[in-house]
Amino acid sequence: MGYNVLEILKQGLTGNKGWGPVWRSPEPKLEYDAIIIGGGGHGLSTAYYLAKNHGLTNIAVLEKGYIGSGNIGRNTTIVRANYLLPGNSGFYSHSLKLWEGLEQELNYNVMMSQRGVIMLCHSDGQRDAFARRGNAMINQGDDAELWSPEQVRANIPFLDFDNTRFPIYGGLMHSRGGSARHDAVAWGYARGADQLGVDLIQNCEVTGIDIEGGVVKGVQTSRGPIRAKKVGIVTAGRSSQVAAMAGLEVPIESHILQAFVSEGLKPAIDHVISYGMGHFYISQSDKGGLVFGGDLDFYASYAQRGNLPMVEHVMEAGMTLMPAIGKAKVLRSWGGIMDMTPDGSPIIDRTEIDGLYMDCGWCYGGFKAVPASGWCMAHLMAEDAHHEVAKRYTFDRFLTGEGLMDEEGTGSQHNLH
Amino acid sequence: MRITCPICGERDRREFYYMGADDYLDRPAEGDVEAMHRYLHIRSNPAGVTRDLWHHEAGCSAWLVVERNVSTHEILRVELASKVVS
Repeated sequence: MGYNVLEILKQGLTGNKGWGPVWRSPEPKLEYDAIIIGGGGHGLSTAYYLAKNHGLTNIAVLEKGYIGSGNIGRNTTIVRANYLLPGNSGFYSHSLKLWEGLEQELNYNVMMSQRGVIMLCHSDGQRDAFARRGNAMINQGDDAELWSPEQVRANIPFLDFDNTRFPIYGGLMHSRGGSARHDAVAWGYARGADQLGVDLIQNCEVTGIDIEGGVVKGVQTSRGPIRAKKVGIVTAGRSSQVAAMAGLEVPIESHILQAFVSEGLKPAIDHVISYGMGHFYISQSDKGGLVFGGDLDFYASYAQRGNLPMVEHVMEAGMTLMPAIGKAKVLRSWGGIMDMTPDGSPIIDRTEIDGLYMDCGWCYGGFKAVPASGWCMAHLMAEDAHHEVAKRYTFDRFLTGEGLMDEEGTGSQHNLH
Repeated sequence: MRITCPICGERDRREFYYMGADDYLDRPAEGDVEAMHRYLHIRSNPAGVTRDLWHHEAGCSAWLVVERNVSTHEILRVELASKVVS
């Protein structure tokens, strides 16, 4: 069923009783042309673009839980293309363009809101660095504008501009950035893939990967074995465990990243604001909750909950930047498992096993990448060749040192990103 | 999370700097590029019990090997790295 104004009016007048499930719940077939392990944002978009761009429709997405139950349903929903380095900037630029057309493409309201992402700066050096980044973004074909302190003050008047330690020197405004409804992205891609014939198999945990003579033959699952010519592992957060089923070890260490949501408040924060003092960023959801977060806890963890020192740090940073939020109550917090690579950039690559591909290592930035990640992973799986904008996302960059994308400039080492 | 340093006793996690898996204790010979790559980058990264290196930066400055369950944040054992390697 396509969504349109007439249908919504008709359903509204008849008690909204006519809406049905928007994707099937098929039994797994014995064999597919391709299997995607992982029904998160990246897995679903991979399946969608395999069907849409490459005509591969005899495919299945195998999801251990239910669609949208992983990090796609638990993130801070920011969409942006303000990267500096070649390899990243082209990829995220492509992703943002896909975001801009996503609702038309999927006929699904993902509540894409280009409210603008502003990175604040607090010293001359930081302003110079943002000017350079802004120029790189413009050269890439995206938008960037260096705002003076007066411009920031006129648009975002509630910040602590004259803070003694971190006075606001201006900011880099990326006006095409913003946020989108995270679950709707999963649901939209799931529905789109289903309509193109993709089987979405939920509650189907992959327990083994069948390999014969260095060639992938299929997978073992909690719902029986399934054969496939190609298998894509798209399970960021659990990449090491799924890779281990194929006897592979990957350059990933799992870390915890916390985020927080406040009670619903009247509209106050119009943009996505990131604080240049360290790692604090905030936006306001359409329901009114303040959605904010900080940096990693910085130790390997799969616990899906963080520790209090980082909670304290994030709250302190928020209070330093905008004391006005001090009376808002935090409703909930959570910790997500992040696939951390040594350089903080992702991997979309073949493995040493023929027909087995991996899309992983999204660190703390997977949400904004969902459309382009699927686009490029689908290209890799269908054509067995890297897509132009993702050709640097290889495993061997860590071995050769060539093409590392260390956006933070801290070094290519596991505990530094 | 609190870590019991063998020298200083139980301390807040904030006193410690996390370095990474104890793979760092087995530095390969110079010149073996593949082994050095594995040593620096490739991790088994299990979702269970791990052994990793922490530096008691704001305490006695000892390097520690901490055995913990990364799925529960339980600390199982803490040893001085100097004793583990000797």
